[in-house]
This record gives sequence, structure tokens and C-alpha cells, in this order.
Amino acid sequence: MAKHRGRGVASINYPIGMNLGGDPSQALVHSNPDGKFTVALSSIDLGQGMKSVTRQIAAETLGVPVADVYVDTADSDTGPHCMGSFASRGTHRVGNAVIAAAKEARGVMLEAAAEELEVNAEDLETDGKGNIHVRGAPQRSISVADVAIAAQFRQGKTISGRGIFLIPLSDVDPETGEMTPVSCYAHACLVADVEVDDETGEVTVLEMNSAYELGRALNPKLVEQQLVGGAWMGMSHALYETTEPHYPSRENGAVDFNEYLMPGPGDIARHNIAVLERPAPDGPFGGKGPGEMCANPVLPAVANAVFDAIGVRINDLPISPERILRALKTRDGISH
Amino acid sequence: MTKTPLQFRLNGAEKAVFTEGGQNLLDVLRREVGDFAPKYGCGQGACGVCTVLVDGEPRLSCLTLAETVQGQAVETTSGLADGPELHVLQTAFMEHFAAQCGFCTPGMLMAAKALLDTNPTPSRDDVVEAISGNICRCTGYEPIIDAILDAAHNRRRSA
Repeated sequence: MAKHRGRGVASINYPIGMNLGGDPSQALVHSNPDGKFTVALSSIDLGQGMKSVTRQIAAETLGVPVADVYVDTADSDTGPHCMGSFASRGTHRVGNAVIAAAKEARGVMLEAAAEELEVNAEDLETDGKGNIHVRGAPQRSISVADVAIAAQFRQGKTISGRGIFLIPLSDVDPETGEMTPVSCYAHACLVADVEVDDETGEVTVLEMNSAYELGRALNPKLVEQQLVGGAWMGMSHALYETTEPHYPSRENGAVDFNEYLMPGPGDIARHNIAVLERPAPDGPFGGKGPGEMCANPVLPAVANAVFDAIGVRINDLPISPERILRALKTRDGISH
Repeated sequence: MTKTPLQFRLNGAEKAVFTEGGQNLLDVLRREVGDFAPKYGCGQGACGVCTVLVDGEPRLSCLTLAETVQGQAVETTSGLADGPELHVLQTAFMEHFAAQCGFCTPGMLMAAKALLDTNPTPSRDDVVEAISGNICRCTGYEPIIDAILDAAHNRRRSA
């Protein structure tokens, strides 16, 4: 009876979004008379930070402070259409839609400002602090709030913009069967070090080292947050979580948190992460987004590490103590 | 059904409500008092999102009979901030990105407060132990542990 150490590696190419019906997302941007902007989306932020990232994207494109942008994702009945928050598509698809909508709104905003300043809209620029001025002549300036008031009450203009992102549909080539399922891939590699106890069948993840290439990290702290939390979930799927019955039938399956197991704060492994940024040509400001890829490489890396430790392949998840002990018995020719 | 009068302090304010026999503290806080900070998760004491402090001790309010807090002091995350001034734990949670969906956060904060109130210099293991009854699905715990250790450090510095 002993504890065996093993190391496993997994590398993945991960598709961002999908290509069903072009995978569209829409965004609507409008200003209120106080010069603050609202971005309406139907994509839901479940805590991954999409509201923060789309807010940054809208502010950057409009040329206004982040504090002056509010992202409203409340209602998919009344908001513009979106395929949803899944398939790691949020940052890329929704971000691109927000850029398109914010560009159009910026155009109207600059037209309205041009009318107030009696200049050509092409000669105007934003300072990112809530002002618009003539390029090269910053004293010829008007605040975004004053432009919004003028547009609303004098010019009769709506400072608003519509945006949609739709990727070209890729049909299957009848000769070769070839198609382009997605337009953009992220990449990752993860090394897992584990310890397998051949008496109890327990697997402990000792350390993870990973590198993720996910385009430009639009909000580095949010990216790190996703990678740390996602790896935990990957570890949980690899070793703990299952709704399967243990013995002998489904009625004995997990029904609550006492039986549906997850690693707790005492079970987490040290995780060193390197984020590699290769801006994606078709991503919003080069971003692809971390998405589900945070969790994915952990599972094969842990399975490979278990193989390295005890020389048996576990082909079903999770790699539970029961599966380890059964596999060891099979390896050693002991009948069950 | 017979209703029983119940008096207790909630975040420093006197509360008087009528409870039904067998009603748990979480139910009283959310339905009778209208403090929605403690969450209803599993309802059987396994997830920790309903954690509140009773006379400074962390308690799973879903498993605590309301009548048992008669005359005692109950604390929830609603009482953490002092007006616009966030509690040192709240600031640390923000700075360490220790919340994502946020459902576990009220329970985590109260478990952490109970720890810091009794142990101002906790080790990493102390923090892990203190939040081991609280489940988080998003963060992988690491940012929460870091936030609590940082809050302990900041509290000592400003004391």
C-alpha cells in the first residue's frame, strides 16, 4: 500500500462560439439626456464578468468614461436578440455587437456635437473623460452631457446605435465534407501533478501549471478569476462530481450536497497560470474570452496523471476512489 | 397555528415579530423581517449560504429554530457596511475578485467575520477551516481565502 505520484499533460484548441445559424448577437446603445449611455443586451452575466467587459468595450468605442456606461442585460423578452451566454461566445460575439452599436451611436453623438460647435463632425475627437473637442483645438469643446441635452431638446436626434455580429455561414463542402465550424480558436496547455493512494483509491491534485492563449485579456483580473475558478471546476468534474448511483441502482444516486461531492476550500491545488495574449483579428479589441476552456484541460491532464501514477487508464468520469480500486484490481488480476 | 412573539436584535436594531412553531431563523429573517441578505440554498445545512452570526457565533440560519434567538444579537451582511463605508471584508472581497455570481458571498462574509472577530491573526489553514462549511461554485475558493487574509491584515494595520 503506497501513494503514487504522477504527472499528466493536456493541450486543447478551443472553439469560440459556434456556427449554427451564424451565431448572432445584437446590442443596442443609446444615450440618456444626461449624457450617460445604456447598452441593452439579452446575453446574461452569470458572474463571469460579461457586463464589465461589454461596459469597457462600449466606453472605449464611444470615447466616454467607463463610469458613464450602464449595461442592462435584464430581460430577453424586451432586449435585442442574443443566442445566449454559452459556448464561450460572450466576449467575442457580444463584444463585437457592442462595438458596432457603439460606433453608430458615436457617429450620431459627433454629428450632434458638430452642429452645436458649428464644425465638421470629422474634425471632432473624444477625450475619454466626457468631452468632445475639435482636433488640434481643445478649447473648442463641448461636454457629452451638453451634446445629449442638445440632441434631445433642440436637435430632435436620438444618440443611439444598433449592432449585430453574425459570422458567415459555412456550408459543408459536398466533395470533402469540409466546413469551418468557428472563426476563432483559443488554446491552452495544462500540467497536473497528482498523488494516488492505492489503498483508499483517492486522487489528490498536488499542483497545476497552465498556459492559456485567449486573445487580448480585455480585463486581466477577470481573466485570472475565470481561470482560477474554472480550473477548480475542472478538477471537480475530473475527480468528484457525479449524479450516478454508486450501488446498485439510480435510486441511490446523489440527491444533495452531502452526496454530490465537490472539492472544498481545503482540497484546492496550487495553480500557476500564464496568460498568453495573441489578439484575435476578428475579436473585439483582439479578445477571445476564456469561457469553458478554463475547466476543459484539467480533466484529460488529471486522467493522464493518474495513468502516469498507477499505469491504468480510467475512461469514465469522475475518477472516483471506486473506479481507481476496480482498475487496480483488474491490473493486478484480482477478481472483483 | 399558535404564533409566538420573538424579540431579538438584528444588526443592532431591535426587532419584534411573531413566529410560527418550528419556523427557522432564515425564514423569519427573509419573510417576517425582510432581510434578504442570508440566502436559502440547500435548506439542510450543507452549503453555508444562510450563515448568520448569533451572539458572534456563526450559525446556519436554515437549521436554527427562530425561537432560540430570543433576546440575542443576530448579524447579517446587511449590517456589515457603516453607511457608505464598506466593511474591511467587503472591500477585500471586491479587491480580490472574490465574488462572481455572488450567491455564496453573504455566507462567506459572515463566516469570515466570525473568524476575524475571534482571531485577528488567522493562518491560511484557519481561514480554510472557517469557510469549510461554505460552498462556492465559481471562484475556486482561492480568491476568497486571499481576501479574508488580506482583510485580517488591513484590520490589524488600521487598528
